[in-house]
Amino acid sequence: MISAFANPHKFMALSKWLAPACLGVGALLIAYSVWQGLWVVPQDDYQGGDIMRALFIHVPSAWLAMGSYLGLALASFVWFVWRHELADMAAKSIAPLGAGYTAMCLATGSIWGKPTWGTWWLWDDARMMSVLVMFFLFLGYMALRAAMETRQKAARAGAILAMVGAVNVPLIKFSVDIWASIHQGPSVLRADGPAMPAVYLTPLLIGALGHMIFFAGLTMVLMRAEVWQRRSDVLIARKLAGA
Amino acid sequence: MSSNALITATGLGAIRGERVLFSALDVSLGFNEKLVLRGPNGSGKSTLLRILAGLTRPDAGTVETAGAHHWLGHRNGIKSHETPRQHLRHWARAWGSDADPVAIATQMGLERPMDVAGRLLSAGQKRRTAIGRLLLTDRPIWLLDEPFTALDSDGRALLTRLIDDHCKAGGGVIAALHGDAPFEASREVAL
Amino acid sequence: MSSPSPIRAAFRQAIGEAWAGGAGALLPIGFFAGAAMLVPFTIGSEAAQLAAIGTGVLWVALALASLVSMERLFQADLEDGTLQLWAQDETPLFLIASAKILAHWLISGLPLVVLTPVIGITLQVPAGQLVPAMLAYGLGGLAFFLWGGVAGALAASVPRGGLLIALLALPLFIPTAIFGALSVQTGLEGPNILFLAASTLFALAVAPIGASAALRLAVD
Repeated sequence: MISAFANPHKFMALSKWLAPACLGVGALLIAYSVWQGLWVVPQDDYQGGDIMRALFIHVPSAWLAMGSYLGLALASFVWFVWRHELADMAAKSIAPLGAGYTAMCLATGSIWGKPTWGTWWLWDDARMMSVLVMFFLFLGYMALRAAMETRQKAARAGAILAMVGAVNVPLIKFSVDIWASIHQGPSVLRADGPAMPAVYLTPLLIGALGHMIFFAGLTMVLMRAEVWQRRSDVLIARKLAGA
Repeated sequence: MSSNALITATGLGAIRGERVLFSALDVSLGFNEKLVLRGPNGSGKSTLLRILAGLTRPDAGTVETAGAHHWLGHRNGIKSHETPRQHLRHWARAWGSDADPVAIATQMGLERPMDVAGRLLSAGQKRRTAIGRLLLTDRPIWLLDEPFTALDSDGRALLTRLIDDHCKAGGGVIAALHGDAPFEASREVAL
Repeated sequence: MSSPSPIRAAFRQAIGEAWAGGAGALLPIGFFAGAAMLVPFTIGSEAAQLAAIGTGVLWVALALASLVSMERLFQADLEDGTLQLWAQDETPLFLIASAKILAHWLISGLPLVVLTPVIGITLQVPAGQLVPAMLAYGLGGLAFFLWGGVAGALAASVPRGGLLIALLALPLFIPTAIFGALSVQTGLEGPNILFLAASTLFALAVAPIGASAALRLAVD
């Protein structure tokens, strides 16, 4: 059991400075992109005027919603095969953060959609629908882990669900895209392509990078909390056993 | 792998939540041997049997077995709509056994409740049915978790006889017990 | 010495259990019919309106009906000790799980498929769509039961895990629901029925393995 924590020691030493660094760098990049988006970039009816500036949060959070689920699945796989405890802690930490980013994506999409299309919610947008599915995948993962009796069972159940979900994600995305294309509704944001002018694209990409780094920092913070939690659980258990 | 042991398990460890049930535990079962596991509730007797049965993966250590096993847990594995006849016939089919389910049920004293549904059987009758499974196919290792629970004195005598016969024929038995063993144990392990 | 036939035995046991459950098979049917019947009361009985959403309502009802009895499929086996016996069998657990899910589908799912033209008529589904609808529901329903089985296996150790099962399974239902609904409209030509079949084949390949891993966890 000692060996299970050997890796975490190195992780704790590393994340002690790396986590704040990521948070700091990420925050700076995000701030830059938001500043660009809100004040500097020219307003344009390209995507519906002023409110399209929500794009600079909406699009990166959509990317992160998808990407973090794959990260969760990857961490689950690593844990399932090699049983590195840190991998399980990473998966457990990513889930609420991923859920938060999906919520942020849906919220900014709604906020942007209302003045533009007159409705708080648009069913026809493929991205919004995919992200909504991601939201339920994250929620299901967290609910399943919480329902398990022991920490080990929660890790195993979560890993199975994450891997099953991950192999389904391409199929889900494909089906949602087909469905959205059939209905050909107005898209919340048709801004993804290289057709987007550089004046928008650059701050967007910088923002996306910033969000990713920030997300990594947040994940490390949650993992550190998880390490501390498990250490205290062990100490409490030993005390109860009268060791 | 020593060829003169039915089971050789070394360095077994089990953790439940944050509790260490046991660690660095060595268990071996020889031919003709009756091994009794003792220990208070929650000491890991059931977990150890489950590890030996392959149900639970140990957190440490390895298990080597020289033959197939029968496992009898706390629950009997009888569905609420299943009668003893149906239950034994089902597992006979599943395991490819030619044994006659009716004969086994009769041997276990279940002649009268043979066609009574599981939910209407008494605990002792369900236990006898589950024990009847052991007779369907010949497997050298018997792993029994508190097998005498709910059995009346006739039932206890019957199971004792079955255990004795099994070990005389070359098999081995590991039984987790609460009270006194109705049979003579070769060895005892305390958890 | 007879040869072991565990998969067939598991299948028969599951059929027997579903059958003996009394109302077991009737529950999804009742739910299905009841949910479909609720729709005209809520949106009005205007024929055109119903026709527009009829097939969609059927898919929703089918998806939910397939979750109705999923909770007990594996939880009952876990509680009475049968699952522990299967887990120790030589046969790979995913085959046993497949047999159980298939049996469950035959008893609880196929009746729904057979019932869809009947319900469809009352919901003003165009006559020409009724047969493709049945085929689509047959293919799609099997996928629902497979993914539902994974969710049921994961939640087998959770008491009253019905809601959790729904939460876990519904995202996995989406491709089937989408392709299924499209198939009903475009019929047997067109790619949608093929996408639907592919989704179900995918479920057949992945779901039993996921369910088996979850069942091993449950008996641990």
